[in-house]
Amino acid sequence: MDITWYLVLSALIFAVGVTGVLLRRSPLVILLCLELMLNAGNLALLAFSRSLGNEEGQVFALVVMVVAACEVVVGLGLIVAAYRRRIPLNVDELRSLRG
Amino acid sequence: MKEVAFFAGAIGALGGAIAVIGLRNPFYSVLALIIHLISLAGLFLLLQGEFLAAAQIVVYAGAVMVLYVFVAAYVGNVDEPLWEPIPGQRFIAPLLGIALFVELGIAIVGSGLKSIESEGPTVELGFGSPEAIGTLLLERFLIAFEAASLLLLVAAVGAVVLAARKRPSEEAG
Repeated sequence: MDITWYLVLSALIFAVGVTGVLLRRSPLVILLCLELMLNAGNLALLAFSRSLGNEEGQVFALVVMVVAACEVVVGLGLIVAAYRRRIPLNVDELRSLRG
Repeated sequence: MKEVAFFAGAIGALGGAIAVIGLRNPFYSVLALIIHLISLAGLFLLLQGEFLAAAQIVVYAGAVMVLYVFVAAYVGNVDEPLWEPIPGQRFIAPLLGIALFVELGIAIVGSGLKSIESEGPTVELGFGSPEAIGTLLLERFLIAFEAASLLLLVAAVGAVVLAARKRPSEEAG
């Protein structure tokens, strides 16, 4: 399989993630769509790492995974905090950071 | 054989991704993302990223998704209102997504890079193994490795601060 196929698939997954962020209103689903975009980036990094024949791209992908895990932890913490304070979980109404 | 594996993984990854944004119940979206992540781990294996594939399943499909499942079950089914702040958002958003894909596709296909029009060079046996990645992480990318550990620590502390229940004395005041 040519590396181009992997890159096109990665672009497709990224576009789906962007569509999800634009379309959905629930912060939980928007976090899931961010995961989709990060994973599309990871796939492209691995594809380029394979096409260049060295492993540095894989280390990059591993760091992206760590950043994604941090983002999930903080994002879900915010969602739980908002839910506890009876703030509606809708990104159109979550406009200000003031509790 | 490789083509069959690639298309199986691609269909799983793409189907999972579309199901994530298509399903109305967030709980089902989380389950669809797990399918997406496992298919992607298969694609990582095809690209010789053995350690990354294992980390994808253990860290992502295992640990991170358990967090998502817990929060989706805790928050419950939040119904999204049908009212749209921007008129026609549900038609404009997919159009923008398609436009982005076309743009990225032109960039990839029109880049003229010779190296992406092949399967990549033949690599030695240990390519992408835990040993190779570990050596790189602890020698060339030691600072990135330490920064990642610090970032994880800060995120863990931040999550505890954000999600901690208020003490009764604070609530009274």
